Amino acid sequence: MFAVCADPKSIEGLTWLGCYLTSGKHLDFYMSFVTVLLLLAVTAPASMVLGFGGAVAARSHVAPLRWLGKGYSAMVRGVPDIVYFMFFVIALDQGFEIVKQQFVCPGWDQPIFQGLEFHVCPAAKVPVATASPFAFQAYGFSLAVITFAIVFGAFVTNVLYGAMQAVPRAQLETGEAYGMSHHQVFRRILVPQMWTYALPGLANLWMILIKATPLLFLLSVKDIVYYARELGGFKTQAYDYPHPDWRIYYFLGLLVFYLLMTKVSEVVLGRLTARLSQGQATAAGEAMRKAAT
Amino acid sequence: MKKLLLATTLIALTAGYAAADVVRLATEGAYPPFNFVDDTGEIAGFEREFGDEICKRAALECTWSTNEWDSIIPNLQSGNYDVIIAGMSITDERKQVIDFSDNYYPPVPSVYVAAKADANFASGTVAVQVSTIQAAYIAASGATLLEFPTPDETVAAVRNGEADAVFADFDYLNPLVKESGGALMVVGDPVAIGGGVGLGLRQSDQELKGKLNEAIAAMKADGSLNVLIEKYFGAEGQKF
Repeated sequence: MFAVCADPKSIEGLTWLGCYLTSGKHLDFYMSFVTVLLLLAVTAPASMVLGFGGAVAARSHVAPLRWLGKGYSAMVRGVPDIVYFMFFVIALDQGFEIVKQQFVCPGWDQPIFQGLEFHVCPAAKVPVATASPFAFQAYGFSLAVITFAIVFGAFVTNVLYGAMQAVPRAQLETGEAYGMSHHQVFRRILVPQMWTYALPGLANLWMILIKATPLLFLLSVKDIVYYARELGGFKTQAYDYPHPDWRIYYFLGLLVFYLLMTKVSEVVLGRLTARLSQGQATAAGEAMRKAAT
Repeated sequence: MKKLLLATTLIALTAGYAAADVVRLATEGAYPPFNFVDDTGEIAGFEREFGDEICKRAALECTWSTNEWDSIIPNLQSGNYDVIIAGMSITDERKQVIDFSDNYYPPVPSVYVAAKADANFASGTVAVQVSTIQAAYIAASGATLLEFPTPDETVAAVRNGEADAVFADFDYLNPLVKESGGALMVVGDPVAIGGGVGLGLRQSDQELKGKLNEAIAAMKADGSLNVLIEKYFGAEGQKF
């Protein structure tokens, strides 16, 4: 990107390093950190919503809804992630295309599944073949978000279900004694109190989610681990910047990144725990009450 | 997520329906000199130049993408791209699930590379890339199979002593051996496996196969394919 970098093989020392670290591929590497953070920022709330829905469904008095909630959590948690990321994504992609085909070319009469091959009309491809590379990346990213949200939502379902069961029965009974309806008890007493029980489990899931992003490459979304492996590998003269196996340095960089993420998460989660424990009928809440008086 | 999805759907829907003549090529991007992602972040190598040339000759508009080696065949069948151009050897096993064009790189011997001359490659641990002809060959031999998702990791396994030898295409290993300064060497005899490298296609895409085969034949006939091989593989590259 700089004029001095025009002929990388003739420069050396710090200039070489400067040019190396600002090559197009390195800029892509730096951008992939943004991709990962964006993925976390979108996936975490999405899995919370799915998990909350799942937990409410699993506690429902309506049997089919209860089966749906429990079945979702049991099935997804029982299947290895890698299977989801290999097959579920392809199935999801094909599902979108089948639905799109119903709208954009309803008259298409060729069979969709021809042996091992999958065929929809060209206009029904998502994205269509003429779309920009960005559209393909955004689509891959969206598939990743949906898949991550479904997988982690199942774990959140279980955590929240357990947290809801952990709220002392006496608390709910008091609400009922005040004449609150079932719905009011749920909204005013159960939900505000369950978070303190859910937090340790949710914090665990958050940490696992941070480290699960290398699975993104199975979806052609290039994340930080893909780039670290790709940039760090032995580079022959075929490349502009040949170098020996430098993966250790790249992975040390990732280590620092992950440790920082962990540290920041711990601080935030610690504050959240303190805040949620306030006034709760738990040992932590009791300790805070005593310290204040 | 909703906004992103909506945006993607909009892009996908409004990107026009004149999609018929765009051919999507997919490569691995980690197998120099066949294909690799260069320092500007672009796909480069022998197959990049070859792919652009046959697209020009066949009057096709081509776009490039990368896909992990392990899922490269399922994604072709699912229609996420139309052509695999990733140094893929033509084998009977693969022919059962996908179709191949004529070969654009002659059958190339596979070799063992080790860190010392007396390495026990016949019954020791041999590193290979997963789902390759070399992996199938080692699995059937007396050696212990050690599989990696990328080619680079197979060579790294030999350098750090995890494996006794790596078994891969000569053309991939040759530059690595030459530039290793004596740390790596070819051991044992070359093994002839595979039927040359071809473009991977869906079995139903016979029209596209015809066009590409025509372009490959033309490049073989006027010698431009050999010029390209010479450029990327040097004098040791196999010629037609």
